[in-house]
Amino acid sequence: MSALGELRRIRGSARGSPRKKDNRAALLFLLPWFAGLGLITVGPVAASLVLGFTDYNLIQAPEFNGVDNFTRMLSDERLYKALRVTFIYVVVSVPVQLACALALAMLLDRGLRGLAFYRSAFYLPSLLGSSVAIAVLWRQIFGADGLVNQILDLMGIQGRGWISDPSTALSTLIVLNVWTFGAPMIIFLAGLRQIPVMYYEAAQTDGANRWTQFWRITLPLLSPIIFFNLVLQIIHAFQSFTQAFVVSGGSGGPSDSTLFYTLYLYQRGFNSFDMGYASALAWLLLVIIAAFTAVNFWAAKYWVFYDD
Amino acid sequence: MTDLKHRPPPAAAVDAPPARHPLGVAKRLRTTVKHLGLILLALIMLYPVLWMVVSSLRPNNEIFRSPGLVLDGLHTQNYGEGWDALASPFGHYLLNSAIVVLACIIGNLVSCSMAAYAFARLDFTGKRMWFAIMLGTIMLPIHVIIVPQYILFSQLGWINTFLPLIVPKLLATDAFFVFLMVQFIRGLPRELDEAARIDGCGHGRIFWRIILPLMKPALATTVIFTFIWTWNDFFSQLIYLTDPQMYTVPVALRSFVDSTVNTSWGSMFAMSVVSLVPVFLAFLLGQRYLVKGIATTGIK
Repeated sequence: MSALGELRRIRGSARGSPRKKDNRAALLFLLPWFAGLGLITVGPVAASLVLGFTDYNLIQAPEFNGVDNFTRMLSDERLYKALRVTFIYVVVSVPVQLACALALAMLLDRGLRGLAFYRSAFYLPSLLGSSVAIAVLWRQIFGADGLVNQILDLMGIQGRGWISDPSTALSTLIVLNVWTFGAPMIIFLAGLRQIPVMYYEAAQTDGANRWTQFWRITLPLLSPIIFFNLVLQIIHAFQSFTQAFVVSGGSGGPSDSTLFYTLYLYQRGFNSFDMGYASALAWLLLVIIAAFTAVNFWAAKYWVFYDD
Repeated sequence: MTDLKHRPPPAAAVDAPPARHPLGVAKRLRTTVKHLGLILLALIMLYPVLWMVVSSLRPNNEIFRSPGLVLDGLHTQNYGEGWDALASPFGHYLLNSAIVVLACIIGNLVSCSMAAYAFARLDFTGKRMWFAIMLGTIMLPIHVIIVPQYILFSQLGWINTFLPLIVPKLLATDAFFVFLMVQFIRGLPRELDEAARIDGCGHGRIFWRIILPLMKPALATTVIFTFIWTWNDFFSQLIYLTDPQMYTVPVALRSFVDSTVNTSWGSMFAMSVVSLVPVFLAFLLGQRYLVKGIATTGIK
């Protein structure tokens, strides 16, 4: 079961058994984890909520300013831009990436010769995609005299400065995210292997063609995994930072067209040391991601099919 | 478990037994077309990276004129220039990254395996709640906690040290690996623990003597993922390391880009290639564990 399936199971399962407990041993084994939870994860989450209601620049003590940070958000033009850029990025790149992942996973059929080679070739970009090196490469490739334009030139097409043009800069980052479809592809591959072959055999006997088989067998049985990939990739895409930072030289430009939410948060917090406002921004991000995830879970009732 | 084992490398597809009837020919034709399509697609996917490697061996002016992969000669000067382009030789940043990565690996191995043992084998008060919280933290974005975390670490005087990068790993905050290991331990037969307990072993010894040796595949997956993720991690290293002496590879590479915009792509590519070599090696050596790790946390 996946992490999400696991959560579902916890919710649905019966109360714990009345067996003797190992509380002391558990405390010892979990000591680092508890410390991390308090100091590194949950503690800071709570602290950032408090900081969200303050004015704090790291030098003077934080000063409560009520809901000022949140009213400031309402009139923050760059925040609106950042939200718009991030939404477009998430809503376009994740579905396209998952569609590519599923299509490739279906092509890499059981028993295909050279499967291991293809799998590696398609997976490798996922490992490299978040590195600064690839962001550097992207900056060259989509530059005015970069690789893409050189190739277009050979075909007689006039290119443009994909990254310096505000109307195309975001698209280059979307392409980069789609390029890393290998990780969800591997999850799809494993999921496809779990669909019993006999379902397809039975469908074939009944005269169902491949298209019908895909819609009636593959898709429903794979839907929990599509859901898992969708939730994870959306959360992941909301957090993209490196590519936009390197490609735009940290500015989110041209004209804020690559100003990811995380990049804006970084600028407020770590360029201007406006820690109170950055904390408020961080909470808004958490609320947005939680809302997206909640909607996903709600919508799942209508299209995700659980066999068990 | 799904079977994701390595298949043997393909014997040349042409050697397949001759088709006996028309249907076989059509099928073989379809397979051939499919392979051609897949190879073409793989080439397109990997082309940017291959081109970067080739371009790192070209003189600067040629990079903007040669979309192909054929080299006229080996222009290795880029590597020398790139190596010495920043305040310290690039080896210094490689070493910094190596220190951080190694410490993070050790931290994750120790802390996550301990937590995983508790979640998989021990029965304690509020276990289901803690487990749900642990799963929840997998999805918690680092950006939400970075501001207070930064304040905490700056008050401890840890800015421009590796501690803010390493200490969280010692405290099992990479919940992904806890979950991965819990899944693995659950798959081990409980009879082994029971037998050891009857022989008088406590939980410490069961964990150390029985569970840990058996969970080597999960530990290997953790090592490789931690290696690649920490090596590539940019956000937290950018925030915590501002002193050029403490720069790790991603931060150094980024400062390289900003200092030499559009002037020396050759040496920038050269150092980018250098920075990707460890990731590539980890991928080659640990491919099996990577694939298993993704597949098992996704599915089983």
